[in-house]
Amino acid sequence: MSDSPAIVESHNPEQQHHFADMEQQRQASSLGMWLFLATEVMFFGGMFCAYLIYRYWYYPEFAAGSKTLDIRLGAINTAVLICSSLTVALSVRAAQFGKRKLLVTLLVATILLGLVFLGIKGVEWASKFEEHHVPGYSFHFEPQAPSHPNTKIDPQRIQIFFSLYFAMTGIHALHMVIGVGLFAVLTFYAWKGRYNSAYYTPIENAGLYWHFVDIIWIYLFPLLYLIDRKK
Amino acid sequence: MFDNFPLWPARASTTAGNVDALYIFLVVLSTFMSVAIFVMILAFAAKYRRRPGHAAEQIEGSTILEITWSVIPFGVFVVIFVWGAVIFFQERTPPRGATEIYVVAKQWMWKLEHEEGHREINELHVPVGRDVKMILTSQDVIHSFYVPAFRIKQDVVPGRYTTAWFRPTRPGTYHLFCAEYCGTQHSGMIGQVVVLEPSQYEAWLSGGGTTGSLASTGQALFQQLGCSTCHRSDTQGRGPNLAGTFGKPVLLDDGQTVIEDENYIRESILNPSAKIVSGFKPIMPPFQGIVSEEQLNALVAYIKSLNQNPSGAAGSPTLLPEGTQPQAPKVQ
Amino acid sequence: MATVVNPVAERENYLNQEYGVRSWLLTTDHKRIALLYLASITFFFFVGGLFALLIRLELLTPAGDLVQADTYNKLFTMHGQIMVFFFLVPSIPAVLGNFLVPLMIGARDLAFPRINLLSWYLYIIAGILMMHAVLTGGVDTGWTFYTPFSTAFSNTKVIEAGLAIFVVGFSSILTGLNFVVTIHRMRAPGMTWWRLPLFIWSMYATSIIFLLGTPVLAITLTLVIFERAFHLGIFDPTRGGDPLLFQHLFWFYSHPAVYIMILPSMGIISEIVPCFSRKRIFGYSFVAMASIGIAVLGFLVWAHHMFVAGMSIYAALIFSFLSYLVAVPSAIKVFNWTATLYKGSITFSTPLLYAFGFIGLFTMGGLTGLFLAALGVDVHVTDTYFVIAHFHYIMVGGAVMGYLGGMHFWWPKISGRMYPESLGRLAALIVFIGFNLTFFPQFILGYLGMPRRYWQYPPEFQVLNVLSTAGSTILAVGYLLPMAYFLWSMRYGKHAEPNPWGAAGLEWMTPSPPPTFNFEETPLVTWEAYDYGNIRSSQGGPG
Repeated sequence: MSDSPAIVESHNPEQQHHFADMEQQRQASSLGMWLFLATEVMFFGGMFCAYLIYRYWYYPEFAAGSKTLDIRLGAINTAVLICSSLTVALSVRAAQFGKRKLLVTLLVATILLGLVFLGIKGVEWASKFEEHHVPGYSFHFEPQAPSHPNTKIDPQRIQIFFSLYFAMTGIHALHMVIGVGLFAVLTFYAWKGRYNSAYYTPIENAGLYWHFVDIIWIYLFPLLYLIDRKK
Repeated sequence: MFDNFPLWPARASTTAGNVDALYIFLVVLSTFMSVAIFVMILAFAAKYRRRPGHAAEQIEGSTILEITWSVIPFGVFVVIFVWGAVIFFQERTPPRGATEIYVVAKQWMWKLEHEEGHREINELHVPVGRDVKMILTSQDVIHSFYVPAFRIKQDVVPGRYTTAWFRPTRPGTYHLFCAEYCGTQHSGMIGQVVVLEPSQYEAWLSGGGTTGSLASTGQALFQQLGCSTCHRSDTQGRGPNLAGTFGKPVLLDDGQTVIEDENYIRESILNPSAKIVSGFKPIMPPFQGIVSEEQLNALVAYIKSLNQNPSGAAGSPTLLPEGTQPQAPKVQ
Repeated sequence: MATVVNPVAERENYLNQEYGVRSWLLTTDHKRIALLYLASITFFFFVGGLFALLIRLELLTPAGDLVQADTYNKLFTMHGQIMVFFFLVPSIPAVLGNFLVPLMIGARDLAFPRINLLSWYLYIIAGILMMHAVLTGGVDTGWTFYTPFSTAFSNTKVIEAGLAIFVVGFSSILTGLNFVVTIHRMRAPGMTWWRLPLFIWSMYATSIIFLLGTPVLAITLTLVIFERAFHLGIFDPTRGGDPLLFQHLFWFYSHPAVYIMILPSMGIISEIVPCFSRKRIFGYSFVAMASIGIAVLGFLVWAHHMFVAGMSIYAALIFSFLSYLVAVPSAIKVFNWTATLYKGSITFSTPLLYAFGFIGLFTMGGLTGLFLAALGVDVHVTDTYFVIAHFHYIMVGGAVMGYLGGMHFWWPKISGRMYPESLGRLAALIVFIGFNLTFFPQFILGYLGMPRRYWQYPPEFQVLNVLSTAGSTILAVGYLLPMAYFLWSMRYGKHAEPNPWGAAGLEWMTPSPPPTFNFEETPLVTWEAYDYGNIRSSQGGPG
């Protein structure tokens, strides 16, 4: 039996009432984000599966289509995203150390890099529209010098390549847009000083999401841009 | 049996009896298990109903029982699996020498063409006791060729050939249904299979209504469409000599080997650049949109008929040494 | 019972804590969200049920004489889509799961209450899209959306329906995510995995399927929508695409989906049978592991829907074998439930009657699955009424009966009221009889060769069709009864005690209805699940 006064536990204002403590809340949020990313793997996975099957069947068409993609822009975009993952990782660290200004700067940098990515993607898509490589009624494909002199490109099968190109990069871009929006919200709250060493879970989880979208691009780039590019 | 209240359709093919045998076994098994479970539930419910002075006995479980009632059912399942698989193998392996019928399904009718050239719509006449192999394709959406009396069913897919076979054992008229939903008149896409005694069948065949055999129609098309310009029966052609090639392996320019079957011929007509025979240039124009499904069937039948008239080894596609494993074409 | 002023009614609980539309539409309380879902899924059950009745009325006669062929095709399509996606998939998880998961593990709410509310709003948005599609022309592709009919030939609201199903799928993904995190992270002290109620195990297994399977449906429908809207050619053979690729992708989700629809019901049975036998479930760990086993194996068998589609023989062999494998854990459960009755002390309450119905009918439905997995037999019966009978035995004879049993079992907890017991038993009996009369003849019809999705049929099939339609009217009455007396009970039903059945489980250790935060104090669990040896049944029972 102690005669010292009971220690009153002060709640972190960010703790939601149905959780026992901050640690439980943090673990729950983290597990939730990992599970969500698992669903995203399955979502993109269906498309990757369709892509792999058609690439196996229609390799010449896929190679020809891939060659019409701008490999420089794709490489730049890859570098942009990798840099943005760096700024994301650093921003998590900044939040952990409670460095508000640094955190806001890094979050804004991430958003800017994301917008650069989307801008370049827009340029690429525009050029595809101009070249009539968009599947549909105005589709028209002129093969460039093929690597196999014996290969003729089936005009329908190459549409499958471009259909998958637009579907995959389009859905990826949609996820980027959502990511940019997410980070915009986080930037606002970060500027208001909400994140510190005791509570930076949203930064961490949004970071996981951003890294995931980055990894999807790391797969998309070689699969779409680098088919049969031996130089 | 069960004339007034049938539990199964007429048995009119060699497969029907086999399928029914497994079915009846499964019915007996299921009835037994269902009754057993129902009876046990009711018996336990009655015997162990709540009565004063009788408390429930807390039983944790029994690993032995769990294993027993996992292993024994699984053993039974394996038996059923093997039995079903054997029947399936027979169903999916057409015998050699079967009469071939080309079937084109479209919304909402069945078009059937005999080798001899007879064309039928929604009706198929066949003789008792002869193996019949159907080569099916669709002009539009997925359909399914279903004859309950024969216990056969095969989906008919646009863009490729599928096959099915049967040997009728009883004369009679049997339902033909489309069994894959295909739009407004799906339930109207029905017809009949008429199985005739051989003599009646011959009479029906000679009843006219043919414009020549399917293969001869194909031969005419082969000339008309200019195929014979490049696919000559000697070594001078710009395309491979097609005589005697059906069913044999073909070496392609990328090193792959495929078997020349109906799907290969079809693909090579519609999209020739997909598979180029080794030693030839990819100069054949595609015929997608130029030939109809019926014309494709005729051309396929013609090329198959060239096996009866081989024109010599020179200029034939490269044949491989015995024992080479061929790679099957795109078939799921 | 003499009418008394019941002090329980005046106690604050989640229902009376706050009044007003806003307090419901902006709630984050899992119990209120469960009731929001209850209202929504009941609405869709009636819409889907109405379509079913129209189908059965048309099939009274061989000729197509009630509606036009196109209309009939829309009826069976929308019946399937609504029943599968807007009723069966969400019903138990979103109503009973939402209500019970936190209570059963001793938590105050789910891990993400606001995401829970978002789930419901996504369901509503999807429902509005779906109803709009239904009312402005309908969909006629069959619930299976096979290509190229759905992408290039159908003239109906395919895109809208596809979008609706995409959104409702996302709703279910979020529910599954919530459940998995909650079960992992928010169990009360002492509530170890092996002390969890089996309903929680089944919710967990179901949620795994939600998370891993539904996204594949989402991307498949997305591709179908893109194909229709932007004239791509991924599934169109005239443009290099492959119709069978669609089927593989579609069934990769839709087979596990059927386990989404049955696992929760199985979980309910595992709660009801021990309670009304007054003993622990037989083989607890085997039943728990069987749930996980079904979820995992369920992902490996999808192409048994495609045996005649044009697949290779060898693929067919593999999928047939795996389909037999997945039957084993279900069989284990049936045996364990039956064994639980042995040497019990059994009360014939309404929930137990539904449980008996479930066990018997699920057994029959499951056994007919063996027919379908047998390759040689499947060639004859696939795409016929045999398949329809098979899955209705499991979905209706199984899942819906389990759902009704669960609703009766937990109604006192949810509403604080008792339903009238004798009416409950009567309705259960009517449902059982009506159900069997509706669907048993369809097994025979299927083997005789009647294909599915047929607006008109040859006259020799009429007798069995008439029997089936007669049964469906009886079934309809059986469903209307509980609707009526549940509503009645909310005003006139006897007030319920915290534990009217004397059941085991944390949800029974809090008042009926529970307070908003579920428990006055976080429970500390020191006993095993189904501790019926130590619970006095004198606390109550249906009487």
